[in-house]
Amino acid sequence: MNETELVRVLASIVLQATPLMIAVCGETITERAGIVNLSLDGTMLLAAMAGFVAGYLSDSVWVGFLAAAGVGALFSFILAFGSIRLRKDQYAIGFVLTLLGDDLSAFLGQNYTRIPGPHVVHLGIPFLRDIPLLGPLFFDQDPLVYFAFVLIGVTWWWLFRTQPGLRLRSAGERPETGFARGVNVNRLRYVYTLIGGALVGLAGAAYSLDIKLGWSEGHTRGLGWIALAIVIFGGWSPLRGALGALLFGASKALAAALQRAFPQVSVVAFNVTPWVLMIGVLLLVGSDVTERLVALIPARFRTQVRHVLRVTPPRALGKPFTPGESIEK
Amino acid sequence: MNRERLLRGIWPVVPVVAALIVTGLLLAAFGVSPLDGFGAMLQGAFGDPTRTLSVLAFWVPMTLAASGLVVTLTAGLWNIGVEGQIVMGAVAASGLALKLDAPRGVLIPLELLAAMVAGALWAGLAGILKTRGKVHEIFGGLALNGVAIIATNYLISGPWQPPEGGTFRGTAPFPAQAMLPLYGESRLSPLSFLIALVVVIGVYLVLRGTYPGLRLKGLGKNPRSAFLLGVSSEREALLAMMACGALAGLGGAVRVLSWFDSLRQSISGGIGYLALMVVMLAGFRVLLLPLITLFFSAVLSGSITLQLRTQLHSSLGGILTGVLVLLVLMFGDLRQLTGRASGAKEEPADE
Amino acid sequence: MLCKEESVPQVALLPNVQACPSGLVGGKMQVSLQNIRKYFGAVRANDGISLTLAPGRIYGLLGENGAGKSTLMKILSGYHKADSGRIELDGRRANLGSPADALASGVGMIYQDPLDIPAMRVLDNFLLGRDAKVVLSRTTAAKALLDQACKMGFHIELEACIETLTLGERQQLELLRLLSLGAEVFILDEPTTGISAEQKESLFSSLRKLSEEGKTVILVSHKLPEVQELCHQVFVLRRGKLVGQADIPCPTEQLVRMMFEEVPSRQKRRSLVRPEAALDLHGLAVSTERLQIKDMDLQVRAGEVFGLAGLEGSGQRLLLQACAGLLPLAGGRIWLAGQDVSRWSYHRRRDKGVAYVPSGRLEEGLVAGLSLMEHVALASPQRGLVVDRRFFTQETQARIDHYRIVGRPETRVEALSGGNQQRSLYALLREDLRLILIEHPTRGLDVRSAEWIWELLLRRVEQGTAILFASADLDELIERSDRIAAFSGGVMSRAVAASETSADELGRLIGGER
Repeated sequence: MNETELVRVLASIVLQATPLMIAVCGETITERAGIVNLSLDGTMLLAAMAGFVAGYLSDSVWVGFLAAAGVGALFSFILAFGSIRLRKDQYAIGFVLTLLGDDLSAFLGQNYTRIPGPHVVHLGIPFLRDIPLLGPLFFDQDPLVYFAFVLIGVTWWWLFRTQPGLRLRSAGERPETGFARGVNVNRLRYVYTLIGGALVGLAGAAYSLDIKLGWSEGHTRGLGWIALAIVIFGGWSPLRGALGALLFGASKALAAALQRAFPQVSVVAFNVTPWVLMIGVLLLVGSDVTERLVALIPARFRTQVRHVLRVTPPRALGKPFTPGESIEK
Repeated sequence: MNRERLLRGIWPVVPVVAALIVTGLLLAAFGVSPLDGFGAMLQGAFGDPTRTLSVLAFWVPMTLAASGLVVTLTAGLWNIGVEGQIVMGAVAASGLALKLDAPRGVLIPLELLAAMVAGALWAGLAGILKTRGKVHEIFGGLALNGVAIIATNYLISGPWQPPEGGTFRGTAPFPAQAMLPLYGESRLSPLSFLIALVVVIGVYLVLRGTYPGLRLKGLGKNPRSAFLLGVSSEREALLAMMACGALAGLGGAVRVLSWFDSLRQSISGGIGYLALMVVMLAGFRVLLLPLITLFFSAVLSGSITLQLRTQLHSSLGGILTGVLVLLVLMFGDLRQLTGRASGAKEEPADE
Repeated sequence: MLCKEESVPQVALLPNVQACPSGLVGGKMQVSLQNIRKYFGAVRANDGISLTLAPGRIYGLLGENGAGKSTLMKILSGYHKADSGRIELDGRRANLGSPADALASGVGMIYQDPLDIPAMRVLDNFLLGRDAKVVLSRTTAAKALLDQACKMGFHIELEACIETLTLGERQQLELLRLLSLGAEVFILDEPTTGISAEQKESLFSSLRKLSEEGKTVILVSHKLPEVQELCHQVFVLRRGKLVGQADIPCPTEQLVRMMFEEVPSRQKRRSLVRPEAALDLHGLAVSTERLQIKDMDLQVRAGEVFGLAGLEGSGQRLLLQACAGLLPLAGGRIWLAGQDVSRWSYHRRRDKGVAYVPSGRLEEGLVAGLSLMEHVALASPQRGLVVDRRFFTQETQARIDHYRIVGRPETRVEALSGGNQQRSLYALLREDLRLILIEHPTRGLDVRSAEWIWELLLRRVEQGTAILFASADLDELIERSDRIAAFSGGVMSRAVAASETSADELGRLIGGER
């Protein structure tokens, strides 16, 4: 494989990984605020269908994406309402929603399967795309890719360089402190769950309108679960999450290529990877292995290594918050 | 006073009615009269003996899984990994079916046993990840589900593929003596039906009247107090998971040895997740389980007929059950909605 | 510990930080609390408290557990809302609806576990909630923080993660944060629990500095020596009311007398103490995040009742839990009836005759949702596989009668009244225990029930059971114990004979006298 071919493959990997990057970014935001949205898989399916159908009926991808974002926001609203206002188990609600989303997408989309529809048009950026190597990879892509990169950049900036970002993080880490500093924790959780859900919806439509055109039953099935795994693997950071999504995409491509060479074995190994990684990360979180590892490294490098290895979830993730509850315990 | 009691008596029915209305609306939106639609579903489920038997055949593995899930739910655990446990049970049974040459009377019990062991071990893995590794059982379960499916696909397209070449649809078909004896032309194995009934009653009795059941109950309601009273939380949680895994695995074996004739790609058919929803509806009322599973099974079978009759996708059944469970989850607690019972308890902080 | 946040660009520090910018600025704020009432159900946490605080002074707020100190300060700092009463700041009525409101009005509180974000870096934690601007002005904030730190003499690292800091350092950061946001009134809740002596000195000198600049400081504490060392004036609360105030210096006995009600001396109780040791502690060390017990020795004999006095969070619970096997030992040994049980698990010690009666009835001792009968079945040794319901119903009824519980075997425990729940905890104890560890024997019980419980406990003591219990009720301690010791800051005082001690002496021991 010569250079142009390699670049083309890499560019294709970036494109294929884009919806996952968007979904991971969205769920990272939601989980940073303290809520776990288990409905990702179902949401993406329903949003993919809704995006395609809306796009098909209106012959506009914009309408399609809007509809998909709406679906994502609706599902995450149900989750937020049930867990914040009604104080029900967010895992249970998310779980039921994911199954429901799957069935709804199959049913409502039944008349629109396997038909051609609108799709996102390729848009290379002049000048930039002529840069050797990086050009074709990052600047000669679908607008979706640009959106994803901008999104990740903005999310990172929002989380770590702005006051609202601090407040968001406080809601997920230690809501009592946020409350004491004037943050309306539950309202904030609503807002960011909706935003995260809308992004997940966009990710779903990114498939049906760009990557894997059209709609069919189970179109994106499994990707929502993978996204959840990558959020964990990415340490709840938008950058690392995006990296994880890219790695996942790369490993899939690698698996496809190797499959031609060695039929069965490689497929299993690569398919299993995200799950093994997720378990691995969660094990690290629960244990003190990382700390012990860091202690072995010469002091000079410790902060950097810690920075790379950090894996702790937001401390208040999954726990409901009531302002005014006793804080001294 | 009377109105309140009336409301409380009626309330459980409200989500059912609401779910039916939503389904009816969907039917209408797609040009099918709701009456026709529901009629088709009913007919599809119970219209004739064959269909009814089909419903029962689907009911068996779901009931087994649900019974297991009640055990874990009692212990306060969220065993999402039940899907994977069903699959691994099916895999174990398939392994014996394909590789072991033995007479039926020996082979079948061994298959069932192997399935239970495989399911129990798979669940035990998720359990250890939780108790020792502090990995939440939801994520451990998800990951193991993924791995189980991958293992299945590998076996189907690889070592166990049919002689005419891998089709990714299923493994080579099982020899006749490996299969559970079926009733007539149906896919129902009377033996498995009986086993399911026994299991339900057994789980009910164990949870209600034995020490392990009592310990699990304590563990689920208040792990700290239970520990102080003498319950070894870690061990009990692990045992609960393994018991569920064994039952789920058994369900997997039933699937692969009666409903199908070989190990298939989606061998579980989402039965594990459906069983979770069943348990969410049933709460801790074990004796209610078989009825709810029957309802689910009927709805899902019926929706296949619906598809044949009206060309509407069979996922409508899933929508009906999904909406029902969602409504019950969110709005099922009447007292909470009307503002009674759980008021915020203000307690003075220790000075 | 891992700091999980993104690395922040190094903020350019001032080239040399020799001379700190001069003096703290700020107005002088008068605080007036008028007739503050706060009830939690039937409990009168604050029952019409009025006091005035002048600027530039350090006030101590003293009182036993349940006196109302924390509640009052939480009201002043905006965390709770008073049921009635008025707060005036500088003569104007203040509506402190939330902690953020209160800080905006100039009142800030530093909690025992400071409200910060462990995962954030120091600068980010400082910036959280600081202003409404979207973009973080890191450099300005860093300068402000470093300036304040310099004035107060603190050394801080902007890039460090909060969770790697000590409690004392976190306190310092909160202090700086409140200062930089214009707080005029500083409330500190038990600040010296869990910090080193050095940090305490540093904290005290900072507080003095604050008061010199005209700020008002309120120290909520039970450590009398410290209050006497630092404060200008003290207020004493008891049972929700203000019962006294004094200017420091003030003799300790006077403070103690205000804090604790007089307790009548009692006649000598018949001693049931046997010569053999039931519990033996050597060099015991237990350590948690907040509190540590170091090198403790204690011996409790069979048939002895040993009472632990002291305010909540001083170490009694730690000791009881360590003896029960619920907390690992950081050092030292525990002998039970001559056997070294230091490494034994809770369940194993339980089988050997150690019982632990926790204070949180529904949180720790009982399982809401289970009936009394089910509790008895759980607590009893297992016989076979099936729970013999008939046997246990009878057994439970017998215990109900014996302990005079108002309820039936099938009653769920959450339906019982608090007092009956307490009795149920005792009803679950096995026979023939060697050692009973009790956190609060008669909390929530009326006098007659308390009498009855102690009578039953004494019957066990007659059989040779030793009892080690903690209580906030001096009356109970003096009446029921053979010996008493007091805890303060993880340190146990000398043991005194109950029949020879007085409320005064106990009060002093609780206040930190060794």
